[in-house]
Amino acid sequence: MTGVSIADKTPGSHGESPLSGDGASTGRLGDRLFGGAAIGAGAVVVGLVTLIGVFLLSQAIPSLMKNEANFLTSTEWSVGGDHPRFGILRLLWVTVLSSLLALTIAVPIGIAVALFITNYAPKWLSKPAASTVDLLAAVPSIIFGLWGLRVFGPRTEGIQNFLREKAGWFPLFKETTVGSFTTIFLAGLVLAIMILPIITALSREVFAQTPTTHKEGALALGATKWEMIRTAVLPFGKPGVISAAMLGLGRALGETVAVMILISSLAQGTDFSFSFFDGGETFASKIALGAGEFDTPQKTGAYIAAGLVLFILTFIVNAIARIVIERRKAFTE
Amino acid sequence: MAKRIDVSDLDIFYGSFKAVEGVSMSIEPRAVTAFIGPSGCGKSTVLRTLNRMHEVIPGGRVEGKVLLDGQDLYAKDVDPVGVRRTVGMVFQRPNPFPTMTIRDNVAAGLKLNGVKNKARLDEVVEKSLKGANLWNEVKDRLDKPGAGLSGGQQQRLCIARAIAVEPQVLLMDEPCSALDPISTLAIEDLINELKERYTIVIVTHNMQQAARVSDQTAFFNLKATGQPGKLVELDSTSKIFNNPTEKATEDYISGRFG
Ligand SMILES: Nc1ncnc2c1ncn2[C@@H]1O[C@H](COP(=O)(O)OP(=O)(O)OP(=O)(O)O)[C@@H](O)[C@H]1O
Ligand SMILES: [Mg+2]
Repeated sequence: MTGVSIADKTPGSHGESPLSGDGASTGRLGDRLFGGAAIGAGAVVVGLVTLIGVFLLSQAIPSLMKNEANFLTSTEWSVGGDHPRFGILRLLWVTVLSSLLALTIAVPIGIAVALFITNYAPKWLSKPAASTVDLLAAVPSIIFGLWGLRVFGPRTEGIQNFLREKAGWFPLFKETTVGSFTTIFLAGLVLAIMILPIITALSREVFAQTPTTHKEGALALGATKWEMIRTAVLPFGKPGVISAAMLGLGRALGETVAVMILISSLAQGTDFSFSFFDGGETFASKIALGAGEFDTPQKTGAYIAAGLVLFILTFIVNAIARIVIERRKAFTE
Repeated sequence: MAKRIDVSDLDIFYGSFKAVEGVSMSIEPRAVTAFIGPSGCGKSTVLRTLNRMHEVIPGGRVEGKVLLDGQDLYAKDVDPVGVRRTVGMVFQRPNPFPTMTIRDNVAAGLKLNGVKNKARLDEVVEKSLKGANLWNEVKDRLDKPGAGLSGGQQQRLCIARAIAVEPQVLLMDEPCSALDPISTLAIEDLINELKERYTIVIVTHNMQQAARVSDQTAFFNLKATGQPGKLVELDSTSKIFNNPTEKATEDYISGRFG
């Protein structure tokens, strides 16, 4: 038992009293030590997050107090001078619209690819197919941005123009001041490709874990393969797919470089539109583009305030995902 | 509607491994046939060939014939999905669909068959649950998850699910092995009732159970591990247990095995 002496000293040497464990702790040294370490690590994380939060708020609040426009509903963004006017409406819209478009495209494709790999592909094909998708995740986002701008973007011009012409009466597809293909629409498409790997990989994992007994239960009832997938695989994988989608959404909401390259900036004072074919910035790309302006606390504070909204947005997305998953738990245990 | 099964010269493979060799037997309709034998002799394997579930396993392959009322299940133009709708199966571990309610579990097979009429579904759910002796226990909580039932109840739920589609044959692979004696008795009673309408094949390790519920018993054996399992004999249960033809059967029954 050499571990005893080492372990005995460790808490003492840091001047901490050994923490008492939870109800499951046996009170043995290992339990006490590990329990203490876990609580300590947890406390450090919570403390850090609180500190960061307090810091960000303390930076943002003074700028928000000086703001002469409504922070939530304004589409202006001039953060310098004695009369700053800035609001996040446009950032919020561009962020949410591009990310939701990405999600709507990537989730069905991700599920389909994951099902193909786990249930349809012959053995020799499933491994390489899975690796290829994983490889997509390793591509840096700047590459996606450049590829979207140079290669992929021009090819979407046809469909973009088609939608503008045929569905232009609908606010989402309205003609805007941006005439080219560098629109929210393009960003959404490229984001879809960027989040596809993570959605596919996680879905694949949960689908592959579907218990054989469930699958055989369905097959023995006379289910076809697709029916078996619907009765056994998809319900089992649903919580996993939801968390995969939320992770993907989180990534899309926060993506910076690719979006920055892909969406045209708008001139100050351009009217707000709901259209996919507008330009603009997302929270993340706005902050990145504004890095040159971080020279006074007031300007920096405005960007930090925008960043906080992005944080809250991501937090809400995750919370919703949690609730959805918890709700389903009663049926999965 | 119960049908007889005739198996002839059946060899069963897992990839290149021949798990069972040369099985020929007749399974009577409206009767219970028990499969007994030592672990690994291929009882489950043979059972799963009777509704073409064996081929679900990668590499699973069959040579020989299985006739259901004279129709070869393994003929080229036979759809395994159709076979499984005719020959239902209950597994060793209760496997209700965990995301479905009790009602939906029972109705799952019907829904696969395209039945949408709510009244008809409710009627079949009630009838099947009554048939599986589960109705009284769950009638007030049909919309609760099936996974929330006890093991014995779950197994009866699986039986209800299997009989809801009115199969002609019901295969059961050690349906009581995960259950307590009282649930076991409940299921044995149920088997006794069901055999009036279905052809039932049950795999069991429990000799008393085989003796209690079955009309015929098939004894499977294997010479050594790695060798294919074989059917030693199939006869009326009283003959197998009191006066078997083969010495191996007698040794196994009397516990002088191995
Ligand atoms: N999925 C599989 N892949 C490969 N071999 C298998 C598979 N399932 C079973 N086998 C082999 O087939 C043989 C028969 O197995 P089977 O499960 O039919 O035995 P059993 O009589 O049902 O045994 P038990 O009483 O333990 O359930 C065994 O040698 C087993 O190792
Ligand atoms: Mg078995």
